Amino acid sequence: MKLLEVKNLKKRYKNKEVLKDISFDMDKTETLVVIGPSGTGKSTMLKCINRLVEPDGGQILLNGQDVIKARRIEKIRQRIGMVFQEFNLFNHLTVLDNVRIGPLKVKKLQKSVATELAMENLRKVGLASEAKSYPAQLSGGQKQRVGIARALAMEPDLIMFDEPTSALDPELIGEVLEVMRKLALDGMTMLIVTHEMGFVREIADRIIFMENGEIVESGTPEKIFNAPEKERTHQFLNQFTKFWREK
Amino acid sequence: MTHFIEVFFQALPLLMDGLKFTMELAIISIIFGLGIGMLIAILRVYGGKFSYTLSTAYVELIRGTPLLVQLFILYFSLPQIGIHLSPLVASIISFSLNSGAYQAEYIRGAIQSVERGQMKAAFSIGMTKWQSIRLVIMPQALRKVIPSWTNEFVYLIKYTSLAYLVGVPELTAQGEFVASRNFEFMNVFSGVALIYLSVILVITWLFSNLEKKVKIPGV
Repeated sequence: MKLLEVKNLKKRYKNKEVLKDISFDMDKTETLVVIGPSGTGKSTMLKCINRLVEPDGGQILLNGQDVIKARRIEKIRQRIGMVFQEFNLFNHLTVLDNVRIGPLKVKKLQKSVATELAMENLRKVGLASEAKSYPAQLSGGQKQRVGIARALAMEPDLIMFDEPTSALDPELIGEVLEVMRKLALDGMTMLIVTHEMGFVREIADRIIFMENGEIVESGTPEKIFNAPEKERTHQFLNQFTKFWREK
Repeated sequence: MTHFIEVFFQALPLLMDGLKFTMELAIISIIFGLGIGMLIAILRVYGGKFSYTLSTAYVELIRGTPLLVQLFILYFSLPQIGIHLSPLVASIISFSLNSGAYQAEYIRGAIQSVERGQMKAAFSIGMTKWQSIRLVIMPQALRKVIPSWTNEFVYLIKYTSLAYLVGVPELTAQGEFVASRNFEFMNVFSGVALIYLSVILVITWLFSNLEKKVKIPGV
C-alpha cells in the first residue's frame, strides 16, 4: 500500500482553478519534491493534504485512510507533520514547550515522556541548548529547526515542508537544509515544496514539476534536470541554470 | 489643609466601609465580565452564524444603552415580573453584563491580532479547534489585552458609584451620607475623590507590573 495517494485533487477560489486535477502518490521513506513557478498551487496542494485548506474534489488516502471524508481530521493531522515558510512557532512558549506541546496535549503522553521526546528531537536539530529560549530570541534558521523538531515530536508518517527556507537570509539556509538532509537519510517520508534547486537535485527521490495547478511532469532528478520530456519543464529549470552560470 | 485632614480622618471609617463595597462590586464584576467577555469574543470570532449574531446583538445592545438604564431595568423593572434582586446583586449583575460586552470587544481585537499562522500550526500538530484556542490563541490574546483591560477596570471602579442610586452603601454613597450630616461637602468629596484616585493608581501600577511580568521574552 502507498503511504500517500492523491487522486484528482481539485481546488478553486472563486473563478480561479488553483488545483486542476492533481494525482500522485508516495511510498514510505520517499523524498518527493514539488517544484514550479510561484502561484501555481504548490502550497495550496500541501495544505489540502492535511485540510488546512478544504479541497473541492478528489480523494486523499493516508495509509489507505480517506483524509477528506475523515470526521475527526485532527486525528489524521497528528500523522502528517507540517513545516511552514513563516515558521509559525508558538510565540508564547519556550523552545522546549513548542516541541513538547504536541506529545503532551495532543497525544496526552506523560510529562516526563513528552519532555524526553521533545529533547531528543531538539538534539536531532542541534538545538537542545536553546530549550529554554523563546522563539523571538532565535535566528530564522534556528526557528525553522525548532519547527522541524515540533513536527518530528509527533512521530508522523509524513512531513510536509512548505518552502521551508524561503523566509530565511541566505546564510541561514544551509543549517535547515542540513537537518532535512539528515532526516531523508534517516528514512523520514518527506513531501517538500522548495526553490532550492541544488538541494532538490541532491535530495529528491522523485520530482514533480507543477504549473498553473497541474502536474506538468514528474520523474527522477536525473530525468527532470537532464532530460525533461516537456518543453515547459526545460524552460523553467533553464532559468536556474542560467542564473548559476552567470554567478 | 489641617481642617481638611481633620474632616477626612473623621469621615475615614465610614468611607472605608464604602470602599469595601466599591471594591467588592468592581472586582466581582470585572471577573464575571472577563468570563463573559472571553466567551462572547470567542463566539464572535470562531462561532457559527447563529452564535455570531447572538453575541453581536448582545454587545450592541449593551453598548448602545446607558449603564444606569441597564441597572434600573434590573433593579426597578424586574420586580414587576416577580424577580426581586438585592441592590448589591442587581448592581453586580448589571456591571458584569456591561463590562463583559466591552471586554468582549477588547478581547476580540486581541484575538484577531494574533498571527493567523499560529492557528494553522496548532491544527498541523493535531490540536482541535478548542485546544488551539485555549492553548495557543488565548494565552497570546490575553497578554495583548492587559492594557485595555486595565482601562476597563479603572472605568468600572468609577462606574460602581452608580450603585449608589439603587441604595448600595458604596464609597460615593457613604461620602454623601457623611457630607449631608456635617455639611463639609468640599472636604468630604475631595476625600472621596482622593480615595478613588489612590485605588486607581495602585491598580494601574499593579497591572503594568503584571504586563511586564507576563511579557514574552524577546518580543
